[in-house]
Amino acid sequence: MKRRSFVKAFALAASLACIGAATQAVAQQKTVKVGILHSLSGTMAISETVLKDVALMAFEEINAKGGVMGMKIEPVVVDPASNWPLFAEKARQLLTQDKVAAVFGCWTSVSRKSVLPVFEELNGLLFYPVQYEGEEISRNVFYTGAAPNQQAIPAVEYLMSADGGGAKRWVLLGTDYVYPRTTNKILRAFLKSKGVTDADIMEEYTPFGHADYQTIIAKIKKFSSEGKKTAVVSTINGDANVPFYKELANQGIKAEDIPVVAFSVGEEELAGVDTKPLVGHLAAWNYFESVKSPANTDFINKWHVYTKNPKRVTNDPMEAAYIGFNMWVKAVEKAKTTDVNAVIDALPGIEAPNLTGGTSKMLPNHHITKPVLIGEVQADGQFDVVYKTTGLVAGDAWSDFLPGSRDLTADWTKPISCGNYNTKTKTCLGLKAMH
Amino acid sequence: MFRFLILAALLFAPLTTGFAQAAESPRTPQELVAELPTADFERKTEIVNALAASGHPRAGLIIGALGAGTLFSSADGKIVLQTSEDGKSYSDALTGNLISGLSEDQLTKIGVNNRLRRDLRGLSARLSLMSLDPQTRRKSAADAFTAHDPETLPAIEEAMKKESVPSIRQALDEARAAIVLQSDDSSQNDKLTAVNTLRARGDRDALNALLGLRTADSQTLRNAAAAAVKDVESSLAYWGALQNVYYGLSLGSVLLLAAIGLAITFGVMGVINMAHGEMIMLGAYTTYMVQQVLASAAPALMPWALPLAIPMAFLVAGATGILIERSIIRFLYGRPLETLLATWGLSLLMQQGVRTIFGPTKKPVTAPTWMSGSFDIGHLTITFSRLAIIIFALAAFSLLTMFLKRTHFGMQMRAVTQNRKMASAMGVRTNWVDALTFGLGAACVGAAGSMLVLIIDVTPPLGPAYTLLAFVIVITGGLGSMPGALLGGVLIGLTEAMAGLFFTPSAKSMFSFGLLVLVLLFRPQGILGKRLS
Repeated sequence: MKRRSFVKAFALAASLACIGAATQAVAQQKTVKVGILHSLSGTMAISETVLKDVALMAFEEINAKGGVMGMKIEPVVVDPASNWPLFAEKARQLLTQDKVAAVFGCWTSVSRKSVLPVFEELNGLLFYPVQYEGEEISRNVFYTGAAPNQQAIPAVEYLMSADGGGAKRWVLLGTDYVYPRTTNKILRAFLKSKGVTDADIMEEYTPFGHADYQTIIAKIKKFSSEGKKTAVVSTINGDANVPFYKELANQGIKAEDIPVVAFSVGEEELAGVDTKPLVGHLAAWNYFESVKSPANTDFINKWHVYTKNPKRVTNDPMEAAYIGFNMWVKAVEKAKTTDVNAVIDALPGIEAPNLTGGTSKMLPNHHITKPVLIGEVQADGQFDVVYKTTGLVAGDAWSDFLPGSRDLTADWTKPISCGNYNTKTKTCLGLKAMH
Repeated sequence: MFRFLILAALLFAPLTTGFAQAAESPRTPQELVAELPTADFERKTEIVNALAASGHPRAGLIIGALGAGTLFSSADGKIVLQTSEDGKSYSDALTGNLISGLSEDQLTKIGVNNRLRRDLRGLSARLSLMSLDPQTRRKSAADAFTAHDPETLPAIEEAMKKESVPSIRQALDEARAAIVLQSDDSSQNDKLTAVNTLRARGDRDALNALLGLRTADSQTLRNAAAAAVKDVESSLAYWGALQNVYYGLSLGSVLLLAAIGLAITFGVMGVINMAHGEMIMLGAYTTYMVQQVLASAAPALMPWALPLAIPMAFLVAGATGILIERSIIRFLYGRPLETLLATWGLSLLMQQGVRTIFGPTKKPVTAPTWMSGSFDIGHLTITFSRLAIIIFALAAFSLLTMFLKRTHFGMQMRAVTQNRKMASAMGVRTNWVDALTFGLGAACVGAAGSMLVLIIDVTPPLGPAYTLLAFVIVITGGLGSMPGALLGGVLIGLTEAMAGLFFTPSAKSMFSFGLLVLVLLFRPQGILGKRLS
């Protein structure tokens, strides 16, 4: 009996000591919660899982350096499972239950559109790392991926140039959803402004996960035999790319004859395709794994160590996610608080190095400056850069080629503080017209 | 001799387009080649033109290698050619001497872009029109046709005089015609002959060249070209229709593969198996595993990975099927709704299980080289992978039909499904027949899955799309009828291919499901199904 009470007393004392130590540790080391909202299951898991991993790697890196303003970052990872309404639910959970300071997340435009009202209602902070179609703006969202003028327009200009083959006839091929349709609307307007007629543009859409590209390729072949140099602009997304490229290779469409430039195909998407017959087809991005720069070599090494896999590839959205996180850290340090309003005000003007050797800057319109690179598919599945813009290109949410958005600009800094300010009428259209 | 070469370079230089610098400062091939790694694309074009004009015996080889991406520069400034596929042996570009001790990571590839690549293709064709190897000559003639570079005309005419193989002569004649049509120096008669040559060739490339004459100065020429275009277009329309039927058949055979197992499990046994597509996934992942094992254990067998994977996938999926039947489905016979929900849950389990083991990213399965590429019959392009799928689907279908009709087990299977009690009374172990039938259905789908990797991606969620289509096919074709499954597959395949061609691929499901609704309205038992009592 005595012995038992001794044990009890000891246990009590020990647990008290533990609690004491713990509270002391908490007092010394405050943490800040940051949310990660990427699909870890379902169709988009293939693309989004790496973004979760790269965010966790960046958190670890900052924590090893002592955290943000001395606070360790505590990741809150949720899985919206490629289910668009679930994105909104999980976002609400992150903002109300976990009270995260910022969220890094989303890939498809439809998932972003689904969480937008939640972030605006609860005044959250979202960093979106994927190239997108523009024509949208929100005070609560920072777009670190490319806007159309940072990817689509320069790519088409390249194909029109002598170096790109001087294309005169265009196939706009995409998956049937909001990003390809809006991008192609902008591209069609752009092509027309360059004197291309409707007869020289073919627009074609395939459903998600389409596996049979025989007829599409046959149509492209037919369209291209009209005596004019033809190029294909592909906004095919996700799983459907592999059947598309396999068919392209099997039917022997050579890049010298009909070049295909893609906006959603990176190193990850081409893994598993025999690229030898595809050499010379193009992709437009703001980053390629093959870019030689000290920052990139360092990043790739860290990624290999973090994933314990020396063969894991890196890609453009990963770079955008990494830049976005570094900008958030700098903005928090500038604002000296993780308060959302203060950080939103501090972000414009913040600079962070990108991995291709330059410095990207957050603009008042919540987009960043980026270099535009055109890469050629190589036999080993990597991309070789054949063209690079001389300077950095500033992202523009409102396309200059669409009648509705030509006169709009976004500027969230004072005195304008408006996402859709009409420079002609000098008025702000307000929240209703932002997305 | 060498002086003569420089002289030749000087003479040819001003003729070559985009070639300004060499005229003022003639460079030796050594100097030209040494400049390649640092030159921009424009300068590279000038260099290769100068190199081609220099007449250096290895110029054709170097130009070909640059285009193929097998020309490298080493750290100490040597320019080397890769001489073996595996990237282990290299030779000096200009002398051809083997250089030992070089590996890929010490070398930098000399980059090209599409414009340069096209020029290189034309140049390399020009330089190898007289090659001793007939295959090279044939390819060069074809490349000269697509490049239609006026500078190549003398070389083609020279080669035509010496060519002994009629089909290559023909190709050279066509290449000549394509150039003559665009040239300003050729006579009217020459051009009219060229129009006829291209009309006889009659493919899209010929059409492309002929359409360039729409703006020709001479009226006769314009008329002749217009007549030829009309002729070629009508013949192409005929071939195009044939091609579309082939696309439909090939898509139909893919769908038949997906539906073949369901024709047994759903069509014969009446089990609504929502995890059907997951058997395709299992087959696909088995193929991936077989390829991984072969790559490390027996690389020599790699080209045969796919044929070896098919029986493996058959066994793996079959065993899984038997396991599913014994552990889940046998308790749910006669309760279709519960079966549907249980197997649907199973499909989610299997997807997430595979995702947990293999990860969410797609797994690379490369088709063997003998199954990639295509060949032409007339103007019909047939890709080897699709042809392989058609043959496999038909073979699998006939084997299965034979099995059901001719073997003892097939007879027992049919007996059990037609009259379970009577079969049981005759001494048939109905439990085991059920399990094996379900296993057979699953095994067929698994084998189909390993064949489907030729065209689709190996990812965890690849199944459900095929589950749905397989149900559509089996219901359209008729329950319990194997020929029905064949007919359903081909019909749905043709419908989807035509919808993709004449409307938009996004609308293809609208048409296949529309067909299903029509069949259900007018023939509820399916096209070849037996009327239900």
